[in-house]
Amino acid sequence: MLTIKNALKRLRLLLIPAVALLSGCNWVLMNPSGDVAMQQRDLILVSTGLMLLIIVPVIALTLLFAWRYRKANTQADYRPDWDHSTQLELVIWAAPLLIIIVLGAVTWISTHTLDPYRPLSRIDAKRAVPEGVKPLVVEVVALDWKWLFIYPEQGIALVNEMAAPIDRPIQFKITASSIMNSFFIPALAGQIYAMPGMQTKLSAVINKPGEFDGFSANYSGHGFNGMRFKFHGLTTADFDKWVATNKAGGKQLDRAEYLALEKPSERAPVIRYASIDPSLYKAIVNRCVEANKMCMEDMMAIDASGGMGKPGTYNLASSTAATALISDPGRKYVAAMCSVRDLATDYSVAN
Amino acid sequence: MTDTFDLTKFIFGRLTWEAIPRDPIILATFVGVMLGGLALLAALTYFKVWGTLWRDWLTSIDHKKIGIMYCVLGLVMLIRGFSDALMMRAQQAMAFNGSEGFLPPHHYDQLFTVHGVIMIFFVAMPLITGLMNFAVPLQIGARDVAFPFLNNFSFWMTTSGAVLVMMSLFIGEFGQTGWLAYPPLSGIQFSPGVGVDYYIWALQLAGVGTLLSGINLLVTIIKMRAPGMGMMKMPIFTWTALCTNILIVASFPVLTAVLALLSMDRYIGTAFFTSDLGGNAMMYVNLIWIWGHPEVYILVLPVFGVFSEVVATFSGKRIFGYTSMVYATLVITILSYVVWLHHFFTMGSGASVNAFFGITTMIISIPTGAKIFNWLFTMYRGRIRFEVPMLWSIGFMVTFTVGGMTGVLLAVPPADFVLHNSLFLVAHFHNVIIGAVVFGAMAGINYWFPKAFGYKLDAFWGKVSFWFWFIGFYFAFMPLYVLGLMGVTRRMSRFDDPSLQIWFIIAGFGAALIAVGIAATFIQFFVSFRKRESLRDHTGDPWDGRTLEWSTSSPPPAYNFAFTPVVHDNDAWSDMKKRGYQRPVAGFIPIHMPKNTWAGIVIPGIATALGFALIWHMWALAGLMFAAVIVVTIIHTFNYKRDYYIPADDVLRTEGFRTQELNRLAVN
Repeated sequence: MLTIKNALKRLRLLLIPAVALLSGCNWVLMNPSGDVAMQQRDLILVSTGLMLLIIVPVIALTLLFAWRYRKANTQADYRPDWDHSTQLELVIWAAPLLIIIVLGAVTWISTHTLDPYRPLSRIDAKRAVPEGVKPLVVEVVALDWKWLFIYPEQGIALVNEMAAPIDRPIQFKITASSIMNSFFIPALAGQIYAMPGMQTKLSAVINKPGEFDGFSANYSGHGFNGMRFKFHGLTTADFDKWVATNKAGGKQLDRAEYLALEKPSERAPVIRYASIDPSLYKAIVNRCVEANKMCMEDMMAIDASGGMGKPGTYNLASSTAATALISDPGRKYVAAMCSVRDLATDYSVAN
Repeated sequence: MTDTFDLTKFIFGRLTWEAIPRDPIILATFVGVMLGGLALLAALTYFKVWGTLWRDWLTSIDHKKIGIMYCVLGLVMLIRGFSDALMMRAQQAMAFNGSEGFLPPHHYDQLFTVHGVIMIFFVAMPLITGLMNFAVPLQIGARDVAFPFLNNFSFWMTTSGAVLVMMSLFIGEFGQTGWLAYPPLSGIQFSPGVGVDYYIWALQLAGVGTLLSGINLLVTIIKMRAPGMGMMKMPIFTWTALCTNILIVASFPVLTAVLALLSMDRYIGTAFFTSDLGGNAMMYVNLIWIWGHPEVYILVLPVFGVFSEVVATFSGKRIFGYTSMVYATLVITILSYVVWLHHFFTMGSGASVNAFFGITTMIISIPTGAKIFNWLFTMYRGRIRFEVPMLWSIGFMVTFTVGGMTGVLLAVPPADFVLHNSLFLVAHFHNVIIGAVVFGAMAGINYWFPKAFGYKLDAFWGKVSFWFWFIGFYFAFMPLYVLGLMGVTRRMSRFDDPSLQIWFIIAGFGAALIAVGIAATFIQFFVSFRKRESLRDHTGDPWDGRTLEWSTSSPPPAYNFAFTPVVHDNDAWSDMKKRGYQRPVAGFIPIHMPKNTWAGIVIPGIATALGFALIWHMWALAGLMFAAVIVVTIIHTFNYKRDYYIPADDVLRTEGFRTQELNRLAVN
């Protein structure tokens, strides 16, 4: 592997002029500010470089042969029955094969090292994550059509704005209220889908202070266009100040507030919540923010132990105009089994 | 029943006057289409061609005519699909600095959905099916396909889907979900209107046609090859057609099933893909791509075949590395089933799963690369004639290589995390679909047109078309690669960052160049028709062809070959020419042929009405039409007049005429 690594390094050196050229423009993918996106940028350049080794000769040969063997050029060799050459066939299968072996190795390694679920091991190319630094947890909820960011550690939440201190790993936990979206801050790291009833994860770190664009990268309906937010990379001091500003806002994000917030709206302004219901995110993932709805994990636990049989079918309720999202009031859902229970006490927050 | 029975609702379902769009753009289009349609009907009546049209085309079971009708369908739908593209380009070039552009999201979101659906299902599919239908039986020395009636029926089922999509423009709306209609967005909760139902039923009807045509061509290639044509003597185009139809037969049922599950979610309240009640949308995404990825190869393999024929013919050489071409095609066919997950690396699969699918995807580029090299070395030491089909082929080799490279790049999962769903992705798949499928279809049309109609297409307008398409493509899509690297995502109807605008304007300019290219193609048809006497192909072999279709007259007689040819070599016709083949001029016997039927157009017509009724919840009509489909199908089974004989005298006369022609040419 060492030789491959060296070769790749050399390839990267060759590509430096290209990078310099691209960074001049605002090509965010070529000039990102987070270490994960930076490694993804390098990977794009290395892979492209590897493939150009075969693409350039092919295009050049196509044009060359087309010109050299044109009909008017009677000087050129013409062998109408020449249709096989074992050596040549070996080369034309082996050349792409070799490139793909190298690229496949790069892919296998990079897919594992850049797995969005994997906790970060480094802050940037030169620094490892220091011992004892815990990542900043941000719970992301894609709503119709805005983003909700919950900071469980700080006890705050925001709509359509988020921030993180530079050089501290961030652990995103991502879900959605109704429609599939994709959570993407190009300057920070690659995207990952936000899906209702499920949680995806993303590890990232921002290395430079600044204001960056974030948005949904997966079409989710008419308000999709406006599903954008600003992501601030802040120094630790500025981040603490930012948290304090939010704390001073005074609004509270509880379940009732969330259910109102969840209603579709477009290009929503930034909303700051000074305190949050700590069980909210878990209830969102389990689709049981409404107290009379059975949580998915309870449902799965019942099903895992064999299900309830016929009585299970009696346990359906119908959504009302107040709880239905866009249309279709009257749609059935599974009701909570017991009387209304206080999820805040049933569910521990740490997860 | 607690509700009172509502007769109007039972008959008309959700259809009300409100369903007619009031958007001025759509109204103007509607008026245009209506006037055009009326003019066409009037012209048909005036020139008294209804009878001919019905007998010789609409009810025809001749594979050549059905192939031509498929291509006509593809080209007509290309105009619609491309108009949508122009509107999107205009909208994206305009909607900056707070401007809303001229399309509200409700309209714009339908546009990118319908553009994708039309271009894949009703442009690319009909064009490649048309070429296969026309050329495959001729290449293997057969008189028709294995199931001639089914062929006509398949064509009309495909058309029936296209009709439903067109109706959605004027009655109601189309889906606003993107071309694959991912739930939960496409579920009843978030798309309560008729748009997604139009999508479902258009695809279901067209899917029946595609599947049956796949079975038909598969059986034709397996069972009906001329004596001597072993599998390894088949022309490469026939090989790729065989693999494509294997893919169709194996993958379209998956599409049918997944759409059926989605319609059950929408119609009867099941919960396969909903977020509640244990449904899971990820299942849909997996299933649709298990069809969707092979679909990509369904489109591209036949055009690989076209390029193989064209490059060999116009280089005046045997195809280089026939055996490795065949194995490359087979490897692609098999591998196309184990790469589907690369369409959603970002859905949270583990690293090993993502890496597996990334690497399988890259492996496909090995046989594809080998194919490119084989075309390259077919040109090597050839005598290349730059006729229009060859220009398209060289344009393909250059363009497709670039698209293949960006494709492999997207197959690296961590790179895909930043490029997925971006305009880079949009640029990539247009790069391969235009670069291969469109260029290939144009090459195929220019190549086989003289065989189909007896005269060549005008070369000047063909070259104009090629250059405008070729240059227009680079102007239209290279900016999208750049925008993708700037982090711009797809399916946006408005932009905040003014620095992006210039790139969209360049892309719009490219689209305008492509528009000229498309117009040039239609001018090419018109000019060629006017000049047909001077472009006439008397020999049946205008390009010095290598395969059997060039051994018969242009256009071929209804029976294709008076005697089934005997094959000794994989370039059968080249081989026959080299060995001084003598056409038989006597001893003809009556030829057994299939007969036209009305059922092939009538049943799909009823099916269209059934689809329309289901879309609008017109349960009375739906029940009636469902019964009608079954009754008419049963009636059709009692039609015993399925075949006839072309008398030996007729064959003698037709062949005698050709003998005279050939003798006249030999004397001159």
